[in-house]
Amino acid sequence: MSLLNTPQGNQPRWRSWLLTDTPTSRNHARVASLYQGWLSFRGNSMAMFGLIILVLLVLIAIFAPLIAPHDPFVQDLANRLKPLATDGHMLGTDSLGRDILSRLIYGARITLYIVILVALIAPVAGLFVGTVAGYVGGWVDTILMRITDIFLAFPRLVLALAFVAALGAGIENAVIAISLTAWPPYARIARAETLTIRNSDYISAVKLQGAGPFRIITRHIWPLCISSLIVRVTLDMAGIILAAAGLGFLGLGAQPPSPEWGAMISEGRKFILDYWWVATLPGLAIFLVSLAFNLLGDGLRDVLDPKDDGS
Amino acid sequence: MTIQAEPGKGRRKSPLTSIAISTFKTTGTILVTMLGLLFVTFIIGRVMPIDPVISIVGERASKETYEAAYQAMGLDKPIIIQFFYYIWDILHGDFGQSLLNARPVAEDIRRVFPATLELATLGTFIGVLIGVPLGVLAAVRRGSWIDQIARFVALIGYSMPIFWLGLVGLLIFYGILGWVGGPGRVGIFYVDVVPSVTGMILVDSLLDGNWTVFKDAMSHIILPASLLGYYSLAYISRMTRSFMLEQMNAEYITTARVKGLSEWTVIWRHAFGNIKVQLITVIALSYAGLLEGSVLTEIIFAWPGIGSYITTALLSADMNAVLGGTVVVGLVFVCLNVFSDLLYKFFDPRAK
Repeated sequence: MSLLNTPQGNQPRWRSWLLTDTPTSRNHARVASLYQGWLSFRGNSMAMFGLIILVLLVLIAIFAPLIAPHDPFVQDLANRLKPLATDGHMLGTDSLGRDILSRLIYGARITLYIVILVALIAPVAGLFVGTVAGYVGGWVDTILMRITDIFLAFPRLVLALAFVAALGAGIENAVIAISLTAWPPYARIARAETLTIRNSDYISAVKLQGAGPFRIITRHIWPLCISSLIVRVTLDMAGIILAAAGLGFLGLGAQPPSPEWGAMISEGRKFILDYWWVATLPGLAIFLVSLAFNLLGDGLRDVLDPKDDGS
Repeated sequence: MTIQAEPGKGRRKSPLTSIAISTFKTTGTILVTMLGLLFVTFIIGRVMPIDPVISIVGERASKETYEAAYQAMGLDKPIIIQFFYYIWDILHGDFGQSLLNARPVAEDIRRVFPATLELATLGTFIGVLIGVPLGVLAAVRRGSWIDQIARFVALIGYSMPIFWLGLVGLLIFYGILGWVGGPGRVGIFYVDVVPSVTGMILVDSLLDGNWTVFKDAMSHIILPASLLGYYSLAYISRMTRSFMLEQMNAEYITTARVKGLSEWTVIWRHAFGNIKVQLITVIALSYAGLLEGSVLTEIIFAWPGIGSYITTALLSADMNAVLGGTVVVGLVFVCLNVFSDLLYKFFDPRAK
């Protein structure tokens, strides 16, 4: 907060423009509040740590072919199960002689792929169900919320297992299964937000101007639900990564030879007592990424949702 | 107000009726939820697979087998009738036959469930034993090193893949140090030594008075149970901490301190006394979570529980077994949820 009180004369003009208390236009206010949120977020070193890890993950995933020292799929049986710091294989090789570091690097792509898909499907579905239930009310609300409760009452991993069993193993089906089990909390949040918004004066004003329910929900209710959803999604991401890795580990997610981290642990499991690094290194990667999401989520909650200080 | 004005009759009657009404409502909720649960599994088992008969009898079944299964599953009837058949069967405890061993699925589940129960119970026990005091201390000494440790422990717990931690645990404590027994429930020499009464080896060996088996079983269960315990600890300690913080800021705590009560009494008698009900609901939820969360742990430790059962069935496309297991886990999950809800309503006057 001290940043906001420093005399304006010492700062470059863009900064005082961003920190002003009297924005001159709607966009100005939007940019200024984003910048001030960023300042308070930057002060949280743990959250910054999480953000840095995730930015690195994205960069690694994008530039995987440039960074990876070897092809992640090429087998080299003469050099199988080499230990750490072997010449040319910094993190050793797996049971088929594939370079573990390269596989980890390519695995980042799969992890991101899963994370992005689930983050696109589950919250959107939840947002839709929740806002419709909250805005329309009546029996629609009752039915939609009962369905939500049923899905909430289900144990998530077991439900995902059953879905994958019916749909068949594979990364896309794993994403669908995880999304199907992940949407109910978002619906709950969106409904709660909608209930507080729907009777407010500005909604009545929009109604008087002749807006229909579709326009009200999509243009005036959704934007206000977004920030609480973002926080929840970020905090849930760790769980989603762990679930995806768990499915991969059970052989129900990404299929070999795909370098998915959970599947890599499962492959290395047979050699755990003699060649520990094969199974443990992918686990560290999973841990690091889900830790980063947890830290980032905590930080975002402090910025976007000041009611709850997270302690 | 009128109720408070006339003591005696009216005052006693009204909470009872409200309890009756809320019980009625809760029963309705449970029934609807369970029906929904069955509906979802029905959809998964009968509607989603392209050919549900093949998913039961397998691809290489002869034409007669296929026809017989088709008739037996009632697939020639409308879907809604099929659904009623499905519910009817489950109400009679019939989950169909397992494709793998041709035994009734219900019988298999009865055999494997105690193993999971044993593991989850011990796990919750460990989680409560460490998690509650840790959470209380973290709240009382807010910002101190113990608070930081509690925060760190919980954060790691939320971020670590449980199957990986299990593997590393096996590597260190079994492979390198040799402190604990390996995978499985008991060593190979002790299999079926004690008569199975409850299906839980720890209890059975105690009933039999066989200490050797008990010790061996303990050395096998301690690692997976600690692992599950760690996960419930992460959750329980966080919740305990936030409940306690709420109480410690209340005015009655200041009053208690002003009266000159010892810090111990203030914390454990006054503040902790007020979070007990909330805490029990949290513990019930975490117990339900462990019953489910043990799926991956059971795989790692070759633990013959319901998680292993579902997964093995899944990998061999044994749909009846998968759905039966899912329904049972789901029902237990719902029951524990409802139980914690009810507990809260009955014991916490504020919830009314």
